[in-house]
Amino acid sequence: MDIFVQQLINGLVLGSIYALVALGYTMVYGILELINFAHGEVTMFGAMVALAVIGVVLGVAPDLPGLLVVLAGVLVAIPVCMLLGFSIERLAYRPLRNAPRLAPLITAIGLSIVLQNVAMLIWGRQYIAFPPLLPKGQYEVLGAHVSNLQIFIVVLSILVMLGLWFMVQKTRLGRAMRATAQSRAVAQLMGVNVNSVIAATFVIGSALAAVAGVMVSAYYGLAHYYMGFLLGLKAFSAAVLGGIGNIAGAMLGGLLLGVIEALGAGYIGDLTGGFLGSHYQDVFAFFVLILVLVFRPSGLLGERVATRA
Amino acid sequence: MSLLAVKGLKIHYGGIQAVRGIDLEVEEGELVCLIGANGAGKSSTLKGIVGLEPHTGEVRYAGASLRGRPTHRIAAAGVALVPEGRGIFPRLTVAENLAMGAYTRRDQAAVRADLDHVYDLFPRLLERRQQTAGLLSGGEQQMLAIGRALMSRPRLLLLDEPSMGLAPLMVQKIYETIQRVAREGVTILLVEQNAHLALKVSSRGYVMESGAITLSGPSAELAADPQVRAAYLGESI
Repeated sequence: MDIFVQQLINGLVLGSIYALVALGYTMVYGILELINFAHGEVTMFGAMVALAVIGVVLGVAPDLPGLLVVLAGVLVAIPVCMLLGFSIERLAYRPLRNAPRLAPLITAIGLSIVLQNVAMLIWGRQYIAFPPLLPKGQYEVLGAHVSNLQIFIVVLSILVMLGLWFMVQKTRLGRAMRATAQSRAVAQLMGVNVNSVIAATFVIGSALAAVAGVMVSAYYGLAHYYMGFLLGLKAFSAAVLGGIGNIAGAMLGGLLLGVIEALGAGYIGDLTGGFLGSHYQDVFAFFVLILVLVFRPSGLLGERVATRA
Repeated sequence: MSLLAVKGLKIHYGGIQAVRGIDLEVEEGELVCLIGANGAGKSSTLKGIVGLEPHTGEVRYAGASLRGRPTHRIAAAGVALVPEGRGIFPRLTVAENLAMGAYTRRDQAAVRADLDHVYDLFPRLLERRQQTAGLLSGGEQQMLAIGRALMSRPRLLLLDEPSMGLAPLMVQKIYETIQRVAREGVTILLVEQNAHLALKVSSRGYVMESGAITLSGPSAELAADPQVRAAYLGESI
C-alpha cells in the first residue's frame, strides 16, 4: 500500500511535467498536423538557460533567497524559449508550409539534432547539477513521502494548465486558434492571419516547455544537453495517449503516463520476480504508445482516427 | 466605379484550366448571380477573388487591386465569402462561430447589435447558440454560415451555392433572407447551380460554361433566353 501511494504521487508529479510538454506537441499538431520533434529540445533549453541564469545570479548575489534565484532563472528561460519556438516555426517550418508532409517531419528531426548539438557546444557534455535552492520539506501522506518541490510542481502545472485552458476557450486568440485548427482556409475568410496564429501557438507551447524544463531539472537535480530527447518522446507518447490535437487529452495523457510509468517502475521487480528492475521505467511510455496505436489510434479523447502516423 | 471588377481572371489546377480569363463586374448595391453547371468554374472564381486560389488577371475591389493581398486582409476589407459546403467550424459553438465572423471588428457595441440582428434573421440560431455547430442540420448550418458572414458587416457578400443539399422549404427561407440582406444594402455576388432561383432574385446574371462566361445580361432577359432555358432551366427546345 505504501509503495502504491508513493508511486502514485511520484507519477502525478512526473505526469504533470509530461502534460506541460505534451501540450506543446498537441497544440502544434492540432493546427499544422505536424509533429514538432524539436519541442523536447525547447524544454531542454528551458532547463539549460534557467541553470545558466541561476549560476550567474548565485555568483553575483549569493545571499538571495533560493526561491528568488530559481524564479529569476525561470523568468529568463521563458522568453528565451518563446523566442526559440518562434524562430523554429519562422525559419524551419513556415518555408515548408505547402511542402509534402514528410519534409517538415524530417526537418523537425534534423532540427532536434541541431539544437542538441548547439546546447552541447554552449554547455558541454557533462551533467549540470541543479543547486539545492528550493526550501526543503517533507510531509507524510498515507504512509508516503511528499516533498515541497513535488507539491510545488503539481500546483504550478495545474495553474499553468488552467491558464492555458482559459486562453484557448475564452479569448479571441484562443478562438482563432481553434478555428484555424478546424479549417485554415475558412479561418482566413474570417480575417484571421493564420501565420500569426501558428506563430502564437509555437510561442505559447514553448513557454510551457520552458516551465516544464526547469521543473524536470529541479526534480531530478540535473540537466543535460540530451535530456530533451527522452522527455520529448515521452511527452509525445502522452499526447498520442490522450488523442493528439486534443488539449484536454494532452493533460490527461500526461498525468496518466506519469502514473503508469511510476507504478510500472514500482511493481515491475515484484511482478517479474526481480528479473526486471525499476530502471525499466522508460519502457512503459513506449509500451503504452504501442498499445494506443494498435488499439485506439485516436487516443482516449481523440475524435478522428489519424490517417497517417 | 464598380465595387468588384474582375478582368481576365485565370485559374488552373495542374494542367486543367478551371477559369479561362473571365470578366465580370458588380456595382455597389447590386445582387448579381453567376450560374452554370457543376464544374463550370464558379466556385474557383469566388476563391480567386478572395485570394484562396492562385490566379492571374486582375481583381479590383472598391477601386483597389487585390493583387498579392492575403485572404485575411481581403476579408478584413469587407469581402465575405460563404463557401460551398458552408465551411462552419464544426467543433465551435454556434455563438463562437458567429463571434469568428466579427473577428476583425473592434466596435463591440455594434457587434452586439449585429448579433441581435442575425438572431432576429435566424431565430433558430439563437435557440441553438450554445450547441456545437457540427450537430446542426444542413439548413441550420447554412443559416449559420450566412449569419457568420453578416457578422463581419460585409460590403461585398459572395455566396457559393447556398441552396445546395437543402430541402425546398429551407431553400425558400434562405433565399428570403438573401433578398432581405440585399435590400439592407449589402452587395451580393451569388453563385448557383439552381439557375431558376438565382435569376429570380438577382438583377443581372452571368452564365459560365467550362471556365468561360458565355452569356450575361439582366436576369429577366437571361431567364427568357432559349439557350439558358434549355441548358439550365430544364426546358426542351
